[in-house]
Amino acid sequence: MPQYIRLIAQGKYTDAYMVNRESNVFPAILGRTCDRPCEPACRRGRLDGAPVAICRLKRVAADLKGDISHLLPKIPTESNGKRVALIGAGPSSLTVANDLRPLGYEVTIFEKQNKPGGLMRSNIPSFRLPEKVLDDEVGTILDMGVDIRYNSPVSSLQGLLNDKYDAVFVGTGAPRGKELDLPGRKDTDRIHIGIDWLESVAFGHIDKIGERVLIIGVGNTAMDCCRSSRRLGGKDIKVMARRPRGYFKASPWELDDAEEEGIDIVINHAPKRFVVENGVLKGMEFERLEWDAEAKKSRVIDEVFLPADDVILAIGQENAFPWIERDLGIEFDKWGMPTVDKATFQSTRPGVFFGGDAAWGPKNIIWAVAHGHQAAISIHNHCQGVPVTDRPKQGSNLVSQKMGISEWSYHNDYNPSKRQKMQHVELTKRFQQLNIEVELGFDPEQTAREVQRCLNCDIETVFVEKRCIECDACVDICPVQCLTITRDGEESELRTRLSAPATNLEQAIYASNPLPQTGRAMVKDEDVCVHCGLCAERCPTAAWDMQKFDLLIPYAGAPNSGVSCTTSSVLA
Amino acid sequence: MPSIAKPIATHPTLQRNALGLTIRDYEGSMSTLCAGCGHDSITAAIIRALWELDTQPHMVAKLSGIGCSSKTPTYFLSGAHGFNSAHGRMPAIVTGAGAADRDLLYIGVSGDGDSLSIGLGQMCHAIRRNIRMAYILENNGVYGLTKGQFSASSDIGSKSKRGEPNRMAPIDPVRLALSLGATFIARSFSGDKEQLVPILKAAFTHRGFALVDVVSPCVTFNDHEGSTKSYKHTRKNTLRATQADWVPPQSEILAQISKSGTTSVAMHDGSVVHFSTVPKDYDPTDRRKVAAYLDDQPANAVVTGLLYIDPNAPDMHELGQSSPTPLRDLAYEKLCPGSAELERMQEEFR
Repeated sequence: MPQYIRLIAQGKYTDAYMVNRESNVFPAILGRTCDRPCEPACRRGRLDGAPVAICRLKRVAADLKGDISHLLPKIPTESNGKRVALIGAGPSSLTVANDLRPLGYEVTIFEKQNKPGGLMRSNIPSFRLPEKVLDDEVGTILDMGVDIRYNSPVSSLQGLLNDKYDAVFVGTGAPRGKELDLPGRKDTDRIHIGIDWLESVAFGHIDKIGERVLIIGVGNTAMDCCRSSRRLGGKDIKVMARRPRGYFKASPWELDDAEEEGIDIVINHAPKRFVVENGVLKGMEFERLEWDAEAKKSRVIDEVFLPADDVILAIGQENAFPWIERDLGIEFDKWGMPTVDKATFQSTRPGVFFGGDAAWGPKNIIWAVAHGHQAAISIHNHCQGVPVTDRPKQGSNLVSQKMGISEWSYHNDYNPSKRQKMQHVELTKRFQQLNIEVELGFDPEQTAREVQRCLNCDIETVFVEKRCIECDACVDICPVQCLTITRDGEESELRTRLSAPATNLEQAIYASNPLPQTGRAMVKDEDVCVHCGLCAERCPTAAWDMQKFDLLIPYAGAPNSGVSCTTSSVLA
Repeated sequence: MPSIAKPIATHPTLQRNALGLTIRDYEGSMSTLCAGCGHDSITAAIIRALWELDTQPHMVAKLSGIGCSSKTPTYFLSGAHGFNSAHGRMPAIVTGAGAADRDLLYIGVSGDGDSLSIGLGQMCHAIRRNIRMAYILENNGVYGLTKGQFSASSDIGSKSKRGEPNRMAPIDPVRLALSLGATFIARSFSGDKEQLVPILKAAFTHRGFALVDVVSPCVTFNDHEGSTKSYKHTRKNTLRATQADWVPPQSEILAQISKSGTTSVAMHDGSVVHFSTVPKDYDPTDRRKVAAYLDDQPANAVVTGLLYIDPNAPDMHELGQSSPTPLRDLAYEKLCPGSAELERMQEEFR
């Protein structure tokens, strides 16, 4: 990540995009829609409370990139003689295709809809993800010579297996929205299942909704439902939550965006029954709850009625495999979930693989992409007669970034800028059409500030104890009290007597071998290191150095290649 | 020169002292000394000591002469007053400043050249007058700014970077101060903050002249094999005579002299210096015993610790019976009684 953020800082958007595309094949899509599991891990958040806006920067590179066609892997004109079937044209299947086409596999995707993208198209509203952005990145993969068959739901896996594919990948997602079996549920047609309703909106089958809408559930699907309702005629829209704030599944920024649009988020209300009179939905009854401090136990205070013209259920989704025969050697558990190996993504039937939400239930796009990469390695192994458990190893490189005395190959100063706020289209304008993208993207000034917030965590402080003369210069200069020279000890005790207490137990502390003069140890708590390099600059003996760490992630057919190879060629 | 100033980022758990200041608030500009210079480590120790003492930055004046050491006041406490004087003349400036404003804490930073060569007379008279100041002598045994000649504190036999041994006897600031009647004499090592910080705190609290001689290796010209002021040599030959702990006022006052070889000396402001690991019969308040102890140690030993203290000796103001009100607070009419009064005084001598 720091690598592509540095490239964005240099204005090399195409290069940044390609570095990003290595592992995350949909930078423009994910730059708008990602759940951002990376951001809580970002070290910047430990310093000023807000991580680097990695997701937003991804979008900057994707929006401003130039032509990438010459940078994509070459697709061989001849087949390698192996045929792979992918079921569902969602992110996991597309990633498998992306990794296998350059190796000469014949890839066929079966898609039930008439357009590709899976849930990226059906469940993410176009005001968050414009269709053109989706079509571009999905098109890049399909243009690799993928045989995609639209309007082709697979109704029998047995049938597909009969066609003698060398491997089958199931990337069908978690297509079934959860039901809410309460009195009145079946008495009206104005109660909708969230993901089905979003899909109907995406494909143009639904273009209006009543003025008063209740959304049941408070996850990200609920956010998409309420904001879509706002654009289809909804005026009084309430998202109904059982639990108090802080226990919602929705990402905080999606909650903010919904509330900005005038959506009411109503807490502590448990659905009791649908009120339908003469086939007409009148509203819903809720129990008002009072929760204990940890929101574990609740008690009912009273009951309230809320009027509604439409109700949308967004309380989760689950997998469904009615089309997989149960006698094919693919084991399912009692909840109807397939038994899938966590490392190889292979089912109990060799040659049949699962990935994305289809494997272990709903996660998010970036996980589906990760699954796709791993499944592609397995499929490649399987087709080449190599055990699927025989996986290429991760490698790494460590290279000094010293360019001269007090001179580094990267911008080592700390920038105190606050996280930049995404600008939105004005409220008055954004509801005019369903597909007006709300987020405007970072402007050049915001981008310039945000990239400098990155702490270059891939550039690590590397210590050579035999050179140290224990002059204390590094300890004294460190702005965030990372370093201590002290007698070594047991870790839990050592953590308490450092320059600043090392309280983040998830961050390992470094203790050197005994130093030459006193036998004490150089101890570093990496927790809030800003990688300014001053320890290395103030070291008279070059015992400290700043070295760039590259993780070499293996991909199908390309063991020990990956991000770093592309990176160095990009930089060269 | 470092590529950047020290980033303003701080550790989330950064502590504040009684004034609400963090240790970062006691820093100064970035050091331009060589990387690894002992002086920078002493600067860090001064910063820590002032922060721990809850010192108000504007109540400090930092003064120096010329030399690598004399650059260092720029590198701590930007909020303090400062004066960079002519070579070796810092004590005279402190004397004048102290006469005018007796309320400030005076920190003089000097080196072995500034103090023991060109400024030797100045230092001796500051000791004699018992000027209320902490006099920090950053002692590296070499003239660093002029490319590494032996200084007046170079030991006999210590080798230059080119391998020539020094033949002239050194001036030992500790023995000199002892013989001149200094009231606070300490020696420490830049690489030992555990010892140096409490000594500095005691020196900053001492009512009188506090000499802190700090061995401070010059990484560029005097940190090689054969040098007696290198990190390695100092670590190998340090003999910790005492470990002093400065105990703030209001804390429990310990017994004056206990049998277990510990000694406590009450300071003028109510604080206490608590000595531990004191050798048997070592009394840091008895000048003759201290001198005898120093004589008994091996020639190459670097004896460190707060070696001698007399908290009750009169300082310059008491000796001169000067106004208890700082001169800066006296009205102009009082400070300058006018020509008529001058005329009257002159008449007295005719």
